[in-house]
Amino acid sequence: MIIRQLSVFLENRAGRLTELTGILADNDINISAFSIADTTDFGVLRVITGNPELAEKVLKEQGFAVKITDVIGIVMHNKPGALHHALQILTDNGISIEYMYAFASSDDRATAVIRTDSPKKAIEVLQLHEMELLKTGDVYQI
Amino acid sequence: MIWNEHHECMDRQQLTELQGERLRDMVERIYFNVPFYRTRLQEMGIEPGDIRSLDDLKKLPFTTKQDLRDNYPFGLFAVPQHDVVRLHASSGTTGKSTVVGYTHNDIMMWSEVVARSLTMAGITRDDIVQVAYGYGLFTGGLGVHYGAEKIGASVIPISGGNTKKQLQLLEDFGSTAIACTPSYAAYLGEAIMEEKLDRSKIKLKAGIFGAEPWTEEMRTQIQHLLGLKAYDIYGLSEVIGPGVSMECACQRGMHIFEDHFIPEIIDPETCEVLPYGTLGELVFTTVTKEAMPLMRYRTRDLTRLHAETCDCGRTLVRMEKCVGRSDDMLIIRGVNVFPSQVESVLLEMSETKPHYLLVVDRENNLDTLEIQVEVEEQFFSDEVKELEGLRKRISGNLTSLLGLHASVRLVEPGTIERSMGKAQRVVDKRKLK
Repeated sequence: MIIRQLSVFLENRAGRLTELTGILADNDINISAFSIADTTDFGVLRVITGNPELAEKVLKEQGFAVKITDVIGIVMHNKPGALHHALQILTDNGISIEYMYAFASSDDRATAVIRTDSPKKAIEVLQLHEMELLKTGDVYQI
Repeated sequence: MIWNEHHECMDRQQLTELQGERLRDMVERIYFNVPFYRTRLQEMGIEPGDIRSLDDLKKLPFTTKQDLRDNYPFGLFAVPQHDVVRLHASSGTTGKSTVVGYTHNDIMMWSEVVARSLTMAGITRDDIVQVAYGYGLFTGGLGVHYGAEKIGASVIPISGGNTKKQLQLLEDFGSTAIACTPSYAAYLGEAIMEEKLDRSKIKLKAGIFGAEPWTEEMRTQIQHLLGLKAYDIYGLSEVIGPGVSMECACQRGMHIFEDHFIPEIIDPETCEVLPYGTLGELVFTTVTKEAMPLMRYRTRDLTRLHAETCDCGRTLVRMEKCVGRSDDMLIIRGVNVFPSQVESVLLEMSETKPHYLLVVDRENNLDTLEIQVEVEEQFFSDEVKELEGLRKRISGNLTSLLGLHASVRLVEPGTIERSMGKAQRVVDKRKLK
């Protein structure tokens, strides 16, 4: 249930992101979802991929600062109120969110990727409320 | 105008004799009162009696900034602490600053040389002098302050910064002279333009600018912006502070007050004394200072000396603007910065590695310092608030050690160039030459 997300430090420099996507493409690594947190000087790229270990290895070889971060993915119907319902469960259980991003897939469903300081507890309470969670194997199918 | 015609226009032969007498006295004082100097002189087999005239100066050993650090804080003082009436300090490379002490007589001597300097800029008791150098451990503010008071001018001890207030007092008080760093002078000039102040209310006629390197282009610009004549003043806290040398109205170099500070130019590699007109490292011996006399102190500043009598009538030698340093010290907004200081901060912090680059630039005429630090894997967090927190911690630690604001930029690992020999630690984009 815990998804291994790839986090990469990037300088705000023209072409830097393209270099990174080039390395992933050359190694046949598919990007299932991503987001970028940016500040004036630098950005942090977060990537969900089917093979985070390989991605980490090839990027480190090219000198990137890379880190694997544990996140969870909540799979919801793509309809009004679904995200609110999921977040309400986390809030009611005192789980705070460091950051999140979401993507929708073609089957009318959406996934919210969430980074929290207590992923295990989050999984527990979400399952208690019969929420569907993204599994590692699912990532290949996205 | 000459403040002290007797000493500033002295016959060279007479001056040499005076310097010799004072040198003899100074060597005796340090030999008997400063264990560090006594040991060093004894090691070279020199006794006070061996120093009879100025010619013997070259026999004496050199003193370096490292010697000052090794004897931190009061190890080089030649008088009991109860005779010391003032302490100043400048930032040092490893967190330890360089401390200098003054007796009452030293403060009087300092006031005298600053009075001579201000007089060169045409300042008299009828002037209102706005002292916009920093007051505090830095010698700039108080140094100029005492000299201006000695002349009898009206002194405004406003200290550095607070541009709005500076402009208001320029208008309201009608300051006729200002003392600050040249970059701050240019900044004030631009602020006057931006605020669209009534130029007829600005009464400035002279500016005394120093504590950092500047160019003839900056002089032209400052003179244009502020409508004054810009004068260059030189000094360093180890020797006394501002007022070691100063430009007269002829502006053909800065006259060194040789009756107090004996200059030499040496080859920084061989330490051989070089003749007038040759580029080399400037060395000073302070012959009248009581609290902390300095014997052949290596300033690391590179310049030339000229001995021909100046059109102003002064016989004192003139030094050119310093063209650089014989070490890696940077002068940023008047503050001395060594790359090794940055390294010591990064080494002390467990999250960082000492891969860094100092980028010095000048924006709107103010020096800026950016320090690029590599983000290593072990301290890379994927949360922006953690990275921002790290950036602020590094910046805070650097700012407090350097005594000047340093902005920190996190860069990717491996992007700062490693070289096989001496690492390139500094990029100075300021155009000074």
